[in-house]
Amino acid sequence: MAEMTIRDALNAALREEIIRDENVFIMGEEVAEYDGAYKVTRGLWKEFGDKRVIDTPITELGFAAVGVGAAMAGLRPVIEFMTFNFSILAADQIINHAAKMLYMSGGQFKVPIVFRGPNGSAYQVSSQHSQALEAFYANFPGLKVVMPSTAADAKGLLKSAIRDDNPVIFLEQERMYGLKGEVPEDEDFTIPLGVADVKREGTDCTIVARSMTVPLALQAAEQAQKEFDVSVEVIDPRTIKPLDIDTIVASVKKTNRLIIAEESHAFASVGAEISHQVMENAFDYLDAPVKRISTAEAPMPYAKNLEELALPDVPKIIAAVKEVCYI
Amino acid sequence: MPTKTATRQEETIKTPKPDDGSTRGMESKTASKNSGKLAEAVTDTVDRKEAQAEYKERKKSQTDAIKNTDPELLREMLYQMVLGRVFEQKCAEVYRIGKIGGFCHLYIGQEAVGVGAMMALKEGDYVITSYRDHVQAMVAGITPEAVLAELYGKVGGNVKGKGGSMHMFSKEKGFFGGHGIVGGQIGVGTGMAFAQKYKETDNVTLCFFGEAAVNQGIFHESLNMAQLWKLPIIYICENNQYGMGTSQKRAMSIANIASKAEGYGMVGEFVDGMDVMAVREATLKAIERARNESLPTLLEIRAYRYMGHSMSDPGKYRTTEEIKKYQERDPIVLFKDSLKAAKIFTDADFEDIEKQAREATDRAVKFAEESPLPDERELFTDVLA
Amino acid sequence: MANKILMPKLSPTMEEGQISRWLKEEGDAIEANETIAEVDTDKATMEMTSLEAGTLLKIIVPAGDNAKLGQTIGIIGEKGEDFSGLLDDASTNGASSKADAATNGNAGSTAPQSKPQVAEQQAEPRTSGGEQPAKNITETEGRSYDYSRPDAVEEAETATGTEAGRGKAESGNGRMIVSPIAARMAAENGVDLKSIQGSGPGGRIIKRDIESAMQAGSRQPEPVAQPEQAQTAPGFAQTTEIQGASRFREENTSKMRQVIAQRLATSIGPVPTFYLTVEIEMDKALEFRKQINASIKEEEKVSVNDVIVKVAAQALMKHPFVNSSYQDKTIRFFEDADIGVAVAIEDGLITPVVRGANRKGVTEISREIKEMAGRAREKKLQPEEYTGATFSISNLGMFGIKEFTAIINPPEAAIIAVGAATQIPVVRDGEIVTRNIMNVTMSCDHRVIDGATGAKFLQTFKQMLENPILMLM
Repeated sequence: MAEMTIRDALNAALREEIIRDENVFIMGEEVAEYDGAYKVTRGLWKEFGDKRVIDTPITELGFAAVGVGAAMAGLRPVIEFMTFNFSILAADQIINHAAKMLYMSGGQFKVPIVFRGPNGSAYQVSSQHSQALEAFYANFPGLKVVMPSTAADAKGLLKSAIRDDNPVIFLEQERMYGLKGEVPEDEDFTIPLGVADVKREGTDCTIVARSMTVPLALQAAEQAQKEFDVSVEVIDPRTIKPLDIDTIVASVKKTNRLIIAEESHAFASVGAEISHQVMENAFDYLDAPVKRISTAEAPMPYAKNLEELALPDVPKIIAAVKEVCYI
Repeated sequence: MPTKTATRQEETIKTPKPDDGSTRGMESKTASKNSGKLAEAVTDTVDRKEAQAEYKERKKSQTDAIKNTDPELLREMLYQMVLGRVFEQKCAEVYRIGKIGGFCHLYIGQEAVGVGAMMALKEGDYVITSYRDHVQAMVAGITPEAVLAELYGKVGGNVKGKGGSMHMFSKEKGFFGGHGIVGGQIGVGTGMAFAQKYKETDNVTLCFFGEAAVNQGIFHESLNMAQLWKLPIIYICENNQYGMGTSQKRAMSIANIASKAEGYGMVGEFVDGMDVMAVREATLKAIERARNESLPTLLEIRAYRYMGHSMSDPGKYRTTEEIKKYQERDPIVLFKDSLKAAKIFTDADFEDIEKQAREATDRAVKFAEESPLPDERELFTDVLA
Repeated sequence: MANKILMPKLSPTMEEGQISRWLKEEGDAIEANETIAEVDTDKATMEMTSLEAGTLLKIIVPAGDNAKLGQTIGIIGEKGEDFSGLLDDASTNGASSKADAATNGNAGSTAPQSKPQVAEQQAEPRTSGGEQPAKNITETEGRSYDYSRPDAVEEAETATGTEAGRGKAESGNGRMIVSPIAARMAAENGVDLKSIQGSGPGGRIIKRDIESAMQAGSRQPEPVAQPEQAQTAPGFAQTTEIQGASRFREENTSKMRQVIAQRLATSIGPVPTFYLTVEIEMDKALEFRKQINASIKEEEKVSVNDVIVKVAAQALMKHPFVNSSYQDKTIRFFEDADIGVAVAIEDGLITPVVRGANRKGVTEISREIKEMAGRAREKKLQPEEYTGATFSISNLGMFGIKEFTAIINPPEAAIIAVGAATQIPVVRDGEIVTRNIMNVTMSCDHRVIDGATGAKFLQTFKQMLENPILMLM
């Protein structure tokens, strides 16, 4: 085990996979010479050169397409979007091409590709650079969607994503790149996609959180324990699609109360989906309506106070805990 | 790299109309004036005598080309063209009686492009194309049975009834599919060529798309990367002159698509798509450039689609005069005439080929009719690997 | 200038406080720094002082209600001053959200009028600020959730959390509001939902309500007719659905009491129980019984147990915490001592209830117990005759048991286990003498009875038995 940041854990995963499989390459804007906009690819170009670490023009649709074609032809591209906001330019390739290729080719053409990069808000970067797109991508059959919240998960899941034969949307969070955690150094360390992790056990209330809201939920859980003696269970699905609903349902059957904390907007969100699935699978176990903490229904404002107001935070989660626990 | 225009093109095609010059953007230094005028002319009704004159010129040059080509290959090329024609006519027929659902885009009139270009490839090369893909799929080696059963939505179809008309695929034959989003496959094809280079092969990718796709951003993004990274790809713009129901003239600020290569420092060439030998010749040159120098090429191959955009298109945006003009220069008639002039085949040979194509098509119909519908479980297979 | 009085932060971890009492009434003058209210925080009861001098114009959060940090709990200003402008703001949080809804509704219906009325103006600031944001509203449970407001969570929380909405598990159309898990638990355990008071928003019956009902063994039949509103001590207005059962009043549990209850319950089982044992000299009580029996017919003779029942009832009147029931948010204090007397029957145990034993004479008690015990053995007791006691007594003296502990019958707060009175040599005034000593052990629900509370009750109980004359006092 080594303590490292999520950024370095991702870097380690990329490095190990580039070494392990000659078909793995990373491509994106400023991933090579510049060492990555957020330094996730730091040092890789120097170590592996132009063939494996490729700077692209600012041409998201174009290089996403190159990735899809290369994947169809047997390579395992890792496509970095400088932020996922720009993936919207490439949505045609991701949704119309990558997601459908296996199906519409009758199972002939796999597209083993990872689209990765930071998703969600950063620090005061305003409306066009603060979007959380997991619900958007999770809506389409044929894509997997992964959102790690710890350094170990980041490494283990990215390695699994690269080895996966499907297109994987791998959503990081800029605010979290510097978070540290213990990470196994074993090159064979992977975390299977589609398996949730119970980040904290509890009995009174379940919070399903992902990415940035996981540390917030854990803080809220500690505070709720201390202040109201409420025991909160925190579940991180880690993979949004396929979703490990069984772990969530089992938890709700135990606690009877569910809160979903998420960075995306509420309407038609992943939280809405989880809420529905819990309603379907654990209706008779609910003691309170499922509560969601999401980003406000507005484009992200620039002003710091407004940005804070828009985003999920610990007090909002605590308020939800109190509400569902009838405190 | 300068844009080049096929020399034969310049010599043989005379434009009947004066160049209005104002908006066509043909100022570029290397693009020939002639090709500009030709571009002007293509969607206009022209005098049929002119067309007949062109035809004679074409036949002369094609006959010369034929003399230097293996007769077996020529026979196969003609067979594929005839099969393509007969097969697509059958598709139109069964579509009208409800055997085929959804969209159905026919290739009638464009056979010389797919056949001329694809039959210049070798083992290990890749092809990717748009939704007008039946004939190219067959040229790639997918059986008429599998293509028609796919159109019927049967389990015996090329992709088990899951893709339909627009999505023929064969990994085994290096056929990376028909794609339904205008221009999407240009980027994917660029990635296929990227992989060929990455794997250090000498293979190349043929990437087909219509002229309307040229207006999509992906065309420009792809050409930029292909030239920047020197990828072994041949972009083939099958200019059938209509993007769905809109003529090129009404949708593109300049007429000469080949000249767009210049913007990326790429070789661009204009080819007459009614002349299968000209297509073959231009493609061979481009393939050589890709294999030996790992450089891309943009070919604008001008053809004409006789049918509507799809089976649901009545084609009211053009005149029968215009269609007739192109039918005067029909690629199959021209090729047969040239083959006969070169004394390679006789009428009996043609009848034989025609018969063979009809039989193959009939077999395909029988197979498609008899093939069962996909099992309901197939709905959920191949969603994820 | 009128000003809002806001709930202050009175402990480092405080998020909300409960007004334990107001020391000033509306209209009272207030000095700066004068204590105006006492507030129960999570840690202690704190005095809350006024920051300014003036008149207490309005109490918004009444005693017993909770208020969040910074929530408006009252208005201070000059006497007679118009403070309506402040009320509107205050109404967006907590206690007066009902009033808010009412004024909003009013505003909606009067909006087209050219001259808006006062009520409308009060309601307006939130909705007609000139550039009202487009709202995406989803109807849920009759209230709307507005995604456009980042504080929607907290508002929804306060709106649904008001005490005003509690206690009635029916919506307007008579439909019961029950959470799915609560409905399921009720069905599985044969709990009658109609007998339960929902503690969730709008009176929703939630899991914990079923849990307390199950502890109370509330497998009850349809409620019988409501008892008449007879002469009753002030404050004891409420009744259960059991005919003849004691009236009670409820007081909100204090923060401290809630914490004690929670902690102890987590420690041992749902009813955290402790035990107190006392030795009682029964000689005078036996004498007292003898005197009674001398004056009445043979078949009416009273037992020692009957005397104990009467004494317990009297003692309970002096110790209301022992004659109470822990109801989570409240403690229920009973007006009368309805004493359950454990009777062994063929295949178990049943506790007929002597209603209002405090008001009955020993002979009447005796007669009732004999009669009910007889019918109990024939299994002819009606449910309302053996449920809903406020306190219980189990006597195994007749079996020669010297001392034992009994199990509390929830939701009662205590039960006494009575052993046999046996002659034991004791030292009195320096001499060894024999006395009839009886051991009594009381099991106490620690959520409501603390050690000293229980001990004081037993002290009274002991004194009364040792000097029955005290019963008259």
